[in-house]
Amino acid sequence: MADLVAVFFAAALVNNVVLIRFLGICPYLGVSQALSSAVGMGGAVIFVMTLSSMATWLIHNFLLIPYGIEYLQTVAFILVIATLVQFVEMVMLKFSPPLYRALGVFLPLITTNCAIMGVALLNITDGYNFIETLLHALGAGVGFILVIILFAAMRERLDRADVPGPMKGTPIALVTAALMSMGFMAFNGFNITALFGG
Amino acid sequence: MDRLWRDFAKGFKIENPVLRLVLGMCPALAVTTAAINGIGMGLATTAVLLMSNIIISLLRNMIPKKIRIPCFIVIIASFVTIVDYTMAAFVPPLHEALGIFIPLIVVNCLILGRAEAFASRNPLVNSVADGLGMGLGFTLSLTVLAAIREILGAGTIFGVLIMGTSYQPAIMMILPPGAFLGLGFLMGAMNWWDERVRRAELEARKEALSHG
Repeated sequence: MADLVAVFFAAALVNNVVLIRFLGICPYLGVSQALSSAVGMGGAVIFVMTLSSMATWLIHNFLLIPYGIEYLQTVAFILVIATLVQFVEMVMLKFSPPLYRALGVFLPLITTNCAIMGVALLNITDGYNFIETLLHALGAGVGFILVIILFAAMRERLDRADVPGPMKGTPIALVTAALMSMGFMAFNGFNITALFGG
Repeated sequence: MDRLWRDFAKGFKIENPVLRLVLGMCPALAVTTAAINGIGMGLATTAVLLMSNIIISLLRNMIPKKIRIPCFIVIIASFVTIVDYTMAAFVPPLHEALGIFIPLIVVNCLILGRAEAFASRNPLVNSVADGLGMGLGFTLSLTVLAAIREILGAGTIFGVLIMGTSYQPAIMMILPPGAFLGLGFLMGAMNWWDERVRRAELEARKEALSHG
């Protein structure tokens, strides 16, 4: 049990997808202008990341490995993710229009979000089992929404700050991200398994 | 010929993928801990970009508009697989160092972006020029960023010690925060330089007007 909790927190904090693993930088910089869109994007990422991690894990272990076609991993994963995103969009539109209005606009952007594909690949390279994969994806998603919300809040302040001309916009946002990343590196010394009595 | 050169050269400055268009940020930040990784990642991306631009440009009149994105993705993913396995066979240490960022070339927005914005609308020769220019511009910015980080963070460049033994490396620069910091200041420096050049041109024009 403690191991599973450790997988979740390690994915969310110690190996934060955005700040430590550098996955999903595009939405992190692009969609963090306003708090509301950051929340929407984060929600959509958690949702799709968990679903696609489960789907790609099943495909890898029950389709690619038995037939010895692991070399198709990249093609298979990207197609599964792209299809899944389309499918989620259609299902959401049919059954939950309010949810679609909140998350829908972010869904097409997610196909080329490297965090989704990256986490799907990490599940395989780190040799997680199905439950660990589920928690790893969920943790990574929570880590993503956490930093994108924090960052959006900071950027709303940053807009009013007096920044030297050449550093306005993306450059100062990157420097801010560097400071956040330093903060998250502090989680490195954390022994999470011991913390939960493992 | 003139237009061909413009298609090639724009990737280096006006539309530099990393520093101007802010595309392909994930690999730019993640693998630039050593100059050699920057070059390796840049060239791998260039290879995929060039080949996918060629195929997409050749097939541009055959691919139905409605399903063009899935078609592009399949073409790109195939070339990424080829590059991935080629690198694993011929340069295993580099392949190891770049890790999951090689398969992740497939979701690099730069490649899909060029396919959609350029290769699917332009003839073969121009698409080759565009792919090469964008790819090498990407490689250049990755290498510069990686070199800065390696010099400050390890005191070496391409593994050769250049800062002298008394230099205490700022390890922060090769850790994750250094990537954000390095790229942020590199972008800032580029903006500052452009602003200077623009202002100098403006001055020169004013000068010429007042004398004329």
